[in-house]
Amino acid sequence: MSTVPYVNGSRSGIPSADELRSRIPGWGADLDPADRPSVPREIDGTIPEGTSGDLPEEQTEHEPRERSIEHARLTPVFGTSCPPRGVSGAIRKLAYARYSEARAAHWLLLLAADRVESKAHALRSLATRRPDNPVTETGVLSEARHHGLSSRVGHNRVDVVHHPLDPVIVGAPWVLGAWATLRVLRRLR
Amino acid sequence: MRAMVYRGPYRVRVEEKAPPRIEHPNDAIVRVTLAAICGSDLHLYHGMMPDTRVGTTFGHEFIGVVDEVGPSVQTLQPGDRVMVPFNVFCGTCWFCARGLYSNCHNVNPNATAVGAIYGYSHTTGGYDGGQAEYVRVPFADVGPTKIPDWMDSEDALMCTDALPTGYFGAQLGDITEGDVVVVFGAGPVGLYAAKSAWLMGAGRVIVVDHLDYRLDLAATFAHAETLNFGQVGDVVVELKKLTDHLGADVVIDAVGAEADGNLLQHLTSAKLKLQGGSPIALNWAIDAVRKGGTVSVMGAYGPMFSAVKFGDAFNKGLTIRANQCPVKRQWPRLFEHIRNGYLKPSEIITHRIPLDHIAEGYHIFSAKLDGCVKPVVVPPAA
Repeated sequence: MSTVPYVNGSRSGIPSADELRSRIPGWGADLDPADRPSVPREIDGTIPEGTSGDLPEEQTEHEPRERSIEHARLTPVFGTSCPPRGVSGAIRKLAYARYSEARAAHWLLLLAADRVESKAHALRSLATRRPDNPVTETGVLSEARHHGLSSRVGHNRVDVVHHPLDPVIVGAPWVLGAWATLRVLRRLR
Repeated sequence: MRAMVYRGPYRVRVEEKAPPRIEHPNDAIVRVTLAAICGSDLHLYHGMMPDTRVGTTFGHEFIGVVDEVGPSVQTLQPGDRVMVPFNVFCGTCWFCARGLYSNCHNVNPNATAVGAIYGYSHTTGGYDGGQAEYVRVPFADVGPTKIPDWMDSEDALMCTDALPTGYFGAQLGDITEGDVVVVFGAGPVGLYAAKSAWLMGAGRVIVVDHLDYRLDLAATFAHAETLNFGQVGDVVVELKKLTDHLGADVVIDAVGAEADGNLLQHLTSAKLKLQGGSPIALNWAIDAVRKGGTVSVMGAYGPMFSAVKFGDAFNKGLTIRANQCPVKRQWPRLFEHIRNGYLKPSEIITHRIPLDHIAEGYHIFSAKLDGCVKPVVVPPAA
């Protein structure tokens, strides 16, 4: 039995450099830290070729852009995908305007907005020519075409235990929503 | 244009969407020829990352052909075949000037703790991604690079995130000759990290996962010893036995927010979203590394708190190093390694999925069906 941790000594099972070099393509090519591109982790203020070092030209802000209150200003460049709209948008604007990234409220409000938005969009889609389709959008049909059963059974996969929860996560809010709607309608009658 | 859009947790579809336009003088519009689904896209797909908006197009791993450039773009022109790093970065801010491109301060108004990433939660800037026919690429003179003529398209695609991230993870481990390196996770980043550990002179590399088909790849592609944590009682004790009861010199967490192995941790994070991520692999890393060792974290975690065993990290005197990878810094050296035949990143691609079937692609990757390791998305006009 090894006594290495209890007395000073060498590790066991380490092949020689020659053996490793013959077995592993490229073994030791970056042995010298100077050959590693992120060593040192921070370089000394070098600006990549093709950049001026000035503040970048600013992108036009066509509508008020939400930003972290930890920023001193709106960044010169930003993404414009899916601006905040509706109830979820109001929650998001509140999360950004009031709470810093250090506050749990910031993230919990953003998560809540996500849930509100996905439900609102799903409901709204019922009034369009392309309503949400949980069968095609979850990709569940691939189970039959891509060995859903044999990929899971007999491999001692530890994640199989919670796979049945996935349809519950997708379906439960709808079941609960339908149940609550029914309760309300019955009371109104 | 055709583009993947997020509809809510576990639901995506392909829609006709307005094509992107030049919004800044240094923008380019790139016609996507290949994209990939990343393990961190699954965190979005599962609804784990705050501010993931319905209608967003995911995809931060893509290559393509320049279709249009803004008036100030000098290094690219329409028709150039380009690879685009997953980081959006300006190249001039305080952080970029120090090489921390993944921490750029000029591109993400939504957060200061993270730089900008294509096609991710709005907490990374609100940019649409490349699982579409076209994508807006800001700072076209700074981020993208023309793909070398000799480089295969799928190898170039793997260079936009997964390969450099694994390579960067090994660098953060500060590996010295003969070190024992343990990598948690035999997904693409874990496989590349294991392979990279050898380049830095590791003496042993042990990859840990619960999926046998991925561990088989760790053995053949990455020449690593393997350990299936689902088949041992206590993975930390098993790793101690394999490492002279010292522990590994370096442990790399290439799993991140949706780690399996502890049902309570998994449920409270991946399913109930009460934690920023399930820190199972990170806690195992802290316990399996030797005292005074280094833990490198490449797995992505959400911005909320996670139940990390910090006391053990403190008492063991560990160095914990982490970051999103500054991709472009890795490219020149990685290109050399690919050209020398030390790395052939496209060997781990298992599925090539038409964009119109992307919902099935997400499900196959998420549920780990059909031996899926790395799925690639092919737009209709590619």
